[in-house]
Amino acid sequence: MNVLVEVGYLLATVSFLGGLKFMSSPKHAKIGNLIAATGMIIAVLCTFWMLNTQTVPSVNLIIIAVAILLGTIGGKVMASKVEMTAMPQLVSLFNATGGGCAMLLGIVEAKQAGLGSSFLGMQILLLLGLITGAIAASGSVIAYRKLAGKTKDNRNIMVVLGSRVLLVLFFVVPVLYFVGVLSIPFEIVAYVMAFIALVYGILFVLPIGGADMPVVISLLNSITGIATALAGFVYGNKAMIAGGIFVGAAGILLTLLMCRAMNRSLLKVLAGKFKKGKVAEDAEAQNIKETTVSETAMQLSFANKIAIIPGYGLAVAQGQHLCGQLQLLLEKRDTQVDFIIHPVAGRMPGHMNVLLAEANIDYEHLKEMDQVNGDMVHYDMILIIGANDVVNPAAENNQDSPIYGMPIVKAYQSKQVVVMKRGMSKGYAGVSNDLFGMDNCNLLFGDAKDSLQNIINQLKLI
Amino acid sequence: MEFIQNNLDIIYFVIFCVFIGIEVIANVPAILHTPLMSGANAISGVIMVGAVIMMFQVPPTNYATLTVGGIAVFLGALNISGGFFVTGRMLKMFNTKK
Repeated sequence: MNVLVEVGYLLATVSFLGGLKFMSSPKHAKIGNLIAATGMIIAVLCTFWMLNTQTVPSVNLIIIAVAILLGTIGGKVMASKVEMTAMPQLVSLFNATGGGCAMLLGIVEAKQAGLGSSFLGMQILLLLGLITGAIAASGSVIAYRKLAGKTKDNRNIMVVLGSRVLLVLFFVVPVLYFVGVLSIPFEIVAYVMAFIALVYGILFVLPIGGADMPVVISLLNSITGIATALAGFVYGNKAMIAGGIFVGAAGILLTLLMCRAMNRSLLKVLAGKFKKGKVAEDAEAQNIKETTVSETAMQLSFANKIAIIPGYGLAVAQGQHLCGQLQLLLEKRDTQVDFIIHPVAGRMPGHMNVLLAEANIDYEHLKEMDQVNGDMVHYDMILIIGANDVVNPAAENNQDSPIYGMPIVKAYQSKQVVVMKRGMSKGYAGVSNDLFGMDNCNLLFGDAKDSLQNIINQLKLI
Repeated sequence: MEFIQNNLDIIYFVIFCVFIGIEVIANVPAILHTPLMSGANAISGVIMVGAVIMMFQVPPTNYATLTVGGIAVFLGALNISGGFFVTGRMLKMFNTKK
């Protein structure tokens, strides 16, 4: 192979790594993204440099050029049109395209490989790449549909059983083929495996609940990375191997982080399981106090230090800009406003951070749970907007609760808590929230966006 | 065994990549997790390189394969461009007011 091509791939690999490295600080992250993108352009250009030593029919070249052009334009349009609240959907959709590419690659390559006498190791790698790509593709499409509210959770026993059967088939079919029991061309095995993997991807994401989405998205992301790395092996292309592994590592790391933040093992998340607790009877026993917009506004005007704990509900209500306005307004009155973000708030890792960044909220004010849990008592007031399970003290003191053991934001320790809720529905975990019954907690019912707007209007008058 | 012997360099490479990757990414703060993910997502679009290399080898008369390969390249390009553009857009919003 051409030396220049190799050097280019080396440059691309280093840029990917450098880009990811720069991602570790909000100040440099923009540069990091540019570096990684440059690396990608180098990798693609290098590939075309191979044409120097190799003649390719012009039909192929035209198809490649058109495909790249269309893809680039399509990606740009989709990326610039999306609402920030719809970010998780888009990320999983893009993930699906990567997986789909890996799957199609495997299918075509299997056909080519079937012609010559390719050896066992390569065939296994090809199949693995194809399977992972297909799972990532169909799984991400289902994740996308769920996030967009187009598909509901399905915990039907058939779905669970079906996915286990398919899992077994992943091992049985290739083993039968390689042992020689199945005397069919390799090509057919590849098609069968791709089909099984596609169905498996669907069945595997279907039973997983909304609040577990951060885990699933990270996992699917990492699977795409692994598919890329496997395809890299097949071509002996180091830029693909390295890029794939970095993505795989990032995905796995985020997956484990999310699992830890929910105190649930990855297996339980994947099984869509929740520990069944005694949840039925204690709901009515709670003594709930309602509050009004004007009272909340009044309390806010007297507070020195307040915190807002956002959850998925804020994203649904699209209230992030009003949070920003509220912060500005209060800061003018010398009130400190922090945002406390639980690692699994929202539907993907870091979802809330992006949402609040869109509202121009300085990231210095975005606090992580562990940073502030120690001095919760110093907050005069805490506003909880659209979050539920992540502030439920039952996770700390009620061993029967399904969410027992999950790390929470200790909002109940602050002087005053106001929970903005649409109604008395339970959180995702289906548990009643002990916080609501506490003496220092008031509930403000209504749409979060309307309530915030009203509070802001009132505050302006005070 | 023969497989390992033939690919020893690549195996070393893989192991180093795994560790370096984990080291680098473990330092990313929670606030940047979404951009990290979509940035990583874009990087996994490097699979398009594989699709292009594959397309180089397809005989020009094999229309079915050409079509499938073309779709693969298209999906890869969509992944790359969408991923990087959306990450850029997100990161543009992270700014300090001072």
